[in-house]
Amino acid sequence: MKVLVPIKRVIDYNVKARVKPDNSDVDLSNVKMAINPFCEIAVEEAVRLKEAGTATEVIAVSIGDKACQEQLRTALALGADKAIHIESDAKLESLHVAKLLAKIVEQESPELVILGKQSIDSDNNQTGQMLAALTKRAQGTFASKVVVDGNKLQVTREVDGGLQTVSLSLPAVVTTDLRLNEPRYASLPNIMKAKRKPLDVITADSLGVDLAPRIELVKVEEPAKRSGGVMVESVEELVNKLKTEAKVIS
Amino acid sequence: MSVLVIAEHESGVLKPETAKVVAAATKIASHVTVLVAGHNIAEAADHSAQIAGVQKVVAVDDASFAHQLAENTSELVVELASDFSHILFSASTTGKNIAPRVAALLDKSQISEIIDVIDADTFKRPIYAGNAIATVKSLDSQKVITVRASAFDAADTQAACDIEARSQSIASQVSEFVSIEQTESERPELTAAPVVISGGRGMQNGENFALLNGIADKLGAAIGASRAAVDAGFVPNDMQVGQTGKIVAPNLYIAVGISGAIQHLAGMKDSKVIVAINKDPEAPIFQVADYGLVADLFDALPELEQAL
Repeated sequence: MKVLVPIKRVIDYNVKARVKPDNSDVDLSNVKMAINPFCEIAVEEAVRLKEAGTATEVIAVSIGDKACQEQLRTALALGADKAIHIESDAKLESLHVAKLLAKIVEQESPELVILGKQSIDSDNNQTGQMLAALTKRAQGTFASKVVVDGNKLQVTREVDGGLQTVSLSLPAVVTTDLRLNEPRYASLPNIMKAKRKPLDVITADSLGVDLAPRIELVKVEEPAKRSGGVMVESVEELVNKLKTEAKVIS
Repeated sequence: MSVLVIAEHESGVLKPETAKVVAAATKIASHVTVLVAGHNIAEAADHSAQIAGVQKVVAVDDASFAHQLAENTSELVVELASDFSHILFSASTTGKNIAPRVAALLDKSQISEIIDVIDADTFKRPIYAGNAIATVKSLDSQKVITVRASAFDAADTQAACDIEARSQSIASQVSEFVSIEQTESERPELTAAPVVISGGRGMQNGENFALLNGIADKLGAAIGASRAAVDAGFVPNDMQVGQTGKIVAPNLYIAVGISGAIQHLAGMKDSKVIVAINKDPEAPIFQVADYGLVADLFDALPELEQAL
C-alpha cells in the first residue's frame, strides 16, 4: 500500500504569533518554523504502517516556497521514502491546496492519504475533507486509531462527546488527531540518510490548477485583551468575590 | 440572499449550537432555512422550527443519514445548495467533518469558525490559536461557513414555522458507520455548560480529577482539561479545552493547576469570568484570570468544595 503524507511548514507551536503593526498579517519574519504538529503525527502513522509491513512506500509532499524542503527533509528523516516539493510563492487557501494535492493523488495513486486535521497557523481544518471530496474518496477525520483490514480501513474518530468508529473502503483519506500516536525524534544517522533520499521539485503552475484567491485578507488584529484581574488571598475571599462582585455563583 | 443552516443534533435531539448558528445566520440575511438531516429526527425538526428567525425547516429523515456521515450528508447539502447564498454549519466535529466536503464539491473556499459577521461577505475569525483575529472577505458567489457557536448568543424561540419533509436517500459505497462510544456523563456538555472547571498537569494524575467532581456537582459545571493533562494520559481527549480541543465560553471558568499555554487560552479566554488556582505565581494563566489564587490545589480544592 502506497501512502501519501501532505505536510505543512508553520510557525513553531511554542512561538507566540505577533500581528504586524500595519495590521496586514501576522509577522513571520525571523520566527522559528517547524513541521505542523498534526502533520508530524501523520508522518509517524505512515511510517508505522510501513514498519508493520502494511505500507510499501511513504511519500511526503509539501507546497510552498523553497524553505518547506526543510520540513520535507524532516519527514524523510522520520522515515518517509521520498518527497515531492510543489513550489509556489502564492498565498494558498485550503481549496487550492486540496486541488494541488488531488493532482498528486492522480499521479501517484496512493491507497491512503494521511494528513493533519488542521494547521496551527490558519486553523482551517479543511484540506483533508476537501481532498477526499475532490478525489471522491471516503474520509476518516480526527483519527485517534487507524487499522488496516484488507481493503477496508477502520478509523476511530474523536468526536464531541466520544469516539466514533467508521469503516472506509480504500482508497481513503484520513486526518490525524492528537492522540493517534506520539511522533518519534529523528536520529542523527537518519537525518544524514534523509539528505540522500529523493526530493522532487515541481512547480504549482505545472499542475494546471486555478490558484486565484477566493478570500481576501482585509486585516489582522490582536485579540481584545482581558483586563488584568485581582489576586485573592484565600478560598474564602475567592468565593465571596464570585458571589458578590462577579455574581456568577449564588 | 438566503441562508441554509445545517442543524446539529445527536440521535434526533437538537443541540443548543443550532440556535447559535441561526443567530449568526440572521446577521447575514433575513431568510433562514434549517436542514435537519438524519434518522428519526422529528423532534429535532420540531425544535428547529421554533428557533426565532427560521422561516422554513427541511427535514430529511432517512436511514442513510443516520450518523450524518460526511460522504452522504455532503451530497444532500450540495443538492439543496443552489437556493442559498450562504451555507452555515456549527464548527463542531460534525460540522467540521462535512462542511469542507460541501465546499469542495461546490468549488468554494470555506471560511472556518467565524466569530463575528461584519456583512454578508465579510467575517471575523481567529487564527494562530486565537493570537490574532483575521477579518476576511469572501470573493465566492456562494459561501460555505462554519460558525464558532460559543461566539453567538442563541436565537430566541418563536411560534413554529413550516416543516417540509423531503424524502431522499443517498447510499454511500465508500464509508460505513461501525460504532459510537459515548462518554457517559451526568454533567452538562463542555461547550454548553454555564460553568466549566478544568484541571491541568498540576493535577498530577487521572485519579486526582475526582477532586473536581464535588465542586462541579455544586456548580452544575462541566469538567475539562488542558492538553498537557490529556497528553499525560490523565483524562480522555474529549475533555480537552483549547485550540486543538473544545472552545468554551461559559459564565465562569475555573482553571486548576493549568499554567496557561497559548493553546489552552485559545479555548477559554472568551469566558465571562475566569478563576485561576495555581501554586506558581508566575503562571501565565494569571494574566487572563479575573481572580487568581496562588495555592496548592490539593489544599484549595477541598476548601472550595466546602465553601460553596
